[in-house]
Amino acid sequence: MTNSVVDAPPAQVPAELTPQRGRWHRVRPFLPLVALAVLAILPYSTISLPGIFEGPVNSPGTLQLLAICLIFGGLAAGYDLLFGRTGMLSFGHALYFAAGVYGTDILVTRAGLPLWQAALLTITGGTILAALLGAVALRTVGIAFAMVTLAFAQVGAILVARDFGGLTGGEEGLPLDVSGLPAGLVGVTNTVNLYWLALAYLTLVVFVVHRVSGSPTGRVLAGLRDDERRIGVLGLDPYRYKLVAFTLAGGLASAGGVVYCLIVGGASPHITSSELTLSLLVMVVLGGPGTRWGPVLGGVLYMYLDHRLTAFGTSDAVESLPAVLSRPLSQPLFVLGTLFILAVYFFPGGLTSLAPRLTHLRRSLRTRSDPR
Amino acid sequence: MGTVILLTLTGLGLAALYFLVASGLSLVFGLADVLNFAHGLFLGVGAYATWWAAGNLPGAGSDGFGFVLAVVFGVAAGTLVAVLVELVLIRPLYSRTIEQVLVTVGLSLAGVALLQATWGADARPFPRPDWTRQVTGILGAQVPNGGLLLIIAAVLVLGALLAFLRWTRYGLVIRAGVENREMVTALGIDVRKAFTLVFAIGGAAAALAGALGGVYFGTVSPGQGSSLLIFAFIVVVIGGMGSVVGSAYAAVVVGLVQQFVNYYGTSGLGDICVVGLLAVVLLLRPQGIAGKVATA
Amino acid sequence: MTEPILNVEDLSVRISGLHILQGVSFTVAPTGVTVLLGRNGVGKTTTLRAIVGLTPPAGEVRGTVRMGAQSLLARPTHRLVRGGLGYVPEDRCVFAGLTVAENLRLAERRGVSPAYDKVFALFPELDRRGRQRAGSLSGGQQQMLAIGRVLLNDNRLLLVDEPTKGLAPKVVTEVAEVLERVAESVPVLLVEQNLAVVRRLARDAVVLAAGKVAWTGDAQELLLETALTRSLLGVGSGESQHLAEPGRAAPGKDQH
Repeated sequence: MTNSVVDAPPAQVPAELTPQRGRWHRVRPFLPLVALAVLAILPYSTISLPGIFEGPVNSPGTLQLLAICLIFGGLAAGYDLLFGRTGMLSFGHALYFAAGVYGTDILVTRAGLPLWQAALLTITGGTILAALLGAVALRTVGIAFAMVTLAFAQVGAILVARDFGGLTGGEEGLPLDVSGLPAGLVGVTNTVNLYWLALAYLTLVVFVVHRVSGSPTGRVLAGLRDDERRIGVLGLDPYRYKLVAFTLAGGLASAGGVVYCLIVGGASPHITSSELTLSLLVMVVLGGPGTRWGPVLGGVLYMYLDHRLTAFGTSDAVESLPAVLSRPLSQPLFVLGTLFILAVYFFPGGLTSLAPRLTHLRRSLRTRSDPR
Repeated sequence: MGTVILLTLTGLGLAALYFLVASGLSLVFGLADVLNFAHGLFLGVGAYATWWAAGNLPGAGSDGFGFVLAVVFGVAAGTLVAVLVELVLIRPLYSRTIEQVLVTVGLSLAGVALLQATWGADARPFPRPDWTRQVTGILGAQVPNGGLLLIIAAVLVLGALLAFLRWTRYGLVIRAGVENREMVTALGIDVRKAFTLVFAIGGAAAALAGALGGVYFGTVSPGQGSSLLIFAFIVVVIGGMGSVVGSAYAAVVVGLVQQFVNYYGTSGLGDICVVGLLAVVLLLRPQGIAGKVATA
Repeated sequence: MTEPILNVEDLSVRISGLHILQGVSFTVAPTGVTVLLGRNGVGKTTTLRAIVGLTPPAGEVRGTVRMGAQSLLARPTHRLVRGGLGYVPEDRCVFAGLTVAENLRLAERRGVSPAYDKVFALFPELDRRGRQRAGSLSGGQQQMLAIGRVLLNDNRLLLVDEPTKGLAPKVVTEVAEVLERVAESVPVLLVEQNLAVVRRLARDAVVLAAGKVAWTGDAQELLLETALTRSLLGVGSGESQHLAEPGRAAPGKDQH
């Protein structure tokens, strides 16, 4: 089998992506910038979107929800660097995010460091942690790799829950001591600044992931995802490339943790749970693994639904349903898990694969209705 | 001395629980390559079905024969759910390993949420016969009967599984399939029937673990399965995927290490040692203690 | 001209982007051995696996394969095998952890009495070593087990992939002898690199090159054309020697 794969005649070059029609094609590259601009000025809007957000768009509650969504958009994009772009199924990505959250919280609250020092130390520490654990975990491949990363993350969860040395606050979590923080990041009225911070984080992650996947390294990573043996045949060391991706994704996740800690004002043990890593996987698969915007969309949408479904579950519309329906619907994870399963079956490419399919469907409908 | 015996026996009780979860997980993974995150759900279903039966099923109760009936009902429910999961969700994705893992991930999230929606997030007191609350004096140690019950059940399940694998036609197919699934089909055998069977076996063992774990802990809660599942995964990897005997050894090692280190060291340290053990085993012997062999 | 037992038409296999077979067509005669030749990695094993339905899930198979009147592609492997398509894979693939007897027992089918007497007549060793683990057998014995396992049931066609790979010369001869006897009753499609064995067994030959059929015809004629053999099979000097002195690995004269 191996022989036939290696020596086989070269594959046919896949057909180039057919260019989109003219004007759209020219506008398209600027869409992300437009989206960024819209997101940046969003806090100046006072529009109310009843049903979608509880208050006006610029109310602190809505901005905080949006900020959390943006953070998870970035987190999912970073996780996709592993799963969608390199094909590594890590079940322990929450660990580096949690390291970011708890690192910041502990350094600020317990050690009294200024925020910038705490953030710098945390991100450096999180990156080193990812490099060290990645160096061990990547000695295994496939399912064993998934297991090792899951187990490492479990150690993180145990350390936090058992509250060794009284640092983490155990099950209670650790509220952030805001007295030493810059005034612009504290208080309900300044939620908008945190929102912008989250937006900046998301932009950074998307930029980094985009640059990496466009670089020669990114092409090697894509090669690893498709067929690791071929990369080995080229004389490249898969281990080193995977470690680079793992470390980078870990560093990005801990940076996200720093921002998240500021937004929610502390740390709680649920962010160390394996459930969070599983949610990241759900976000990426829902959005579209290996695509530029899929994971971001997936992350934003997942967190939005996670928050809003709780409200939806207690709404009158749902409560009036019989208990058999209303009870499961009041559980965000039930809805999201079910959505996820359906996604795996019916749109394996995620949300981003739906758009071309819809276009295709529309086009085929149009040709069918054309009189001959 | 009494302490050591007590710790050994409670460690073995924990090991029994791990083994009941891990043996099915290991067979499912060894044969079908499915890393089953929904296995914890089977445990949850078993526990809640037993709990429900003890209160509602005519003839069932929390004592004597009624309790046996409740456990049988719980095990049947877990088996049924496992078979349905295999037939409806896993089988259409045959050979697409990653998608199968993703589906079980979704199922574990949705399933636990469903249990929580139906019976609430809080732990509920588990109906159990009075004698399981008592202790038995063994060589000066006061050992909880619930733990002993778990050990006896695990030993019986281990014996039954080995006999099944050794002496029956399906056992033979499963052992061969763990080694080389493709070659089993190339001999004219529909290996997917065996998939359903290992899911059923795994579901039954996990549901039994749920019911007896409920007896041991005295409560049942929706998240119970997920927290046990991680250690069961560790047991499976250490023991070697696809090996029932390997799972048994690994479960004993993990259970004892956890119990002793948690007692003599700090609480929680034992859990961390277990993960360290996993890392060491994987680095030295990636195929686990017993490799990919189903019987020995 | 008798009806062929197997008709392969325009068979294409693509595995994770690699177009391994690009429209392969050939037939297998209803008697005797048809040998599938070609350089390493040209897709001989891929062809056999596509016929028996074992292309990996990432692969894509096109074309038609018919055994008699029956179309084979898109049918599950176990059905094909039950329908009389015996497959002896590359590298034997015996179940190393099971005993020899268990390996054989696995091939038994409900409602069909297994031909143990036939198999044990061919391989008396398998009877004697019933309780031994298959993994502890020698390479030759494992090959015997892999063939014996398939012969427990009646077959309409056997696919045999490199049965002499990695075996000692003496064992190669034994395997060739067995295949010769087997081929008296069942047609065989054989992938084989050892040209001495090919010379001894094969009646027809199909040569693959660059994902296509490069030559078909009488196997013995092909072997006589040294230049053609060299260009199609890329036979090195070592194997040319096999050609020059067929008696070395497989004593006995040509059958044709």
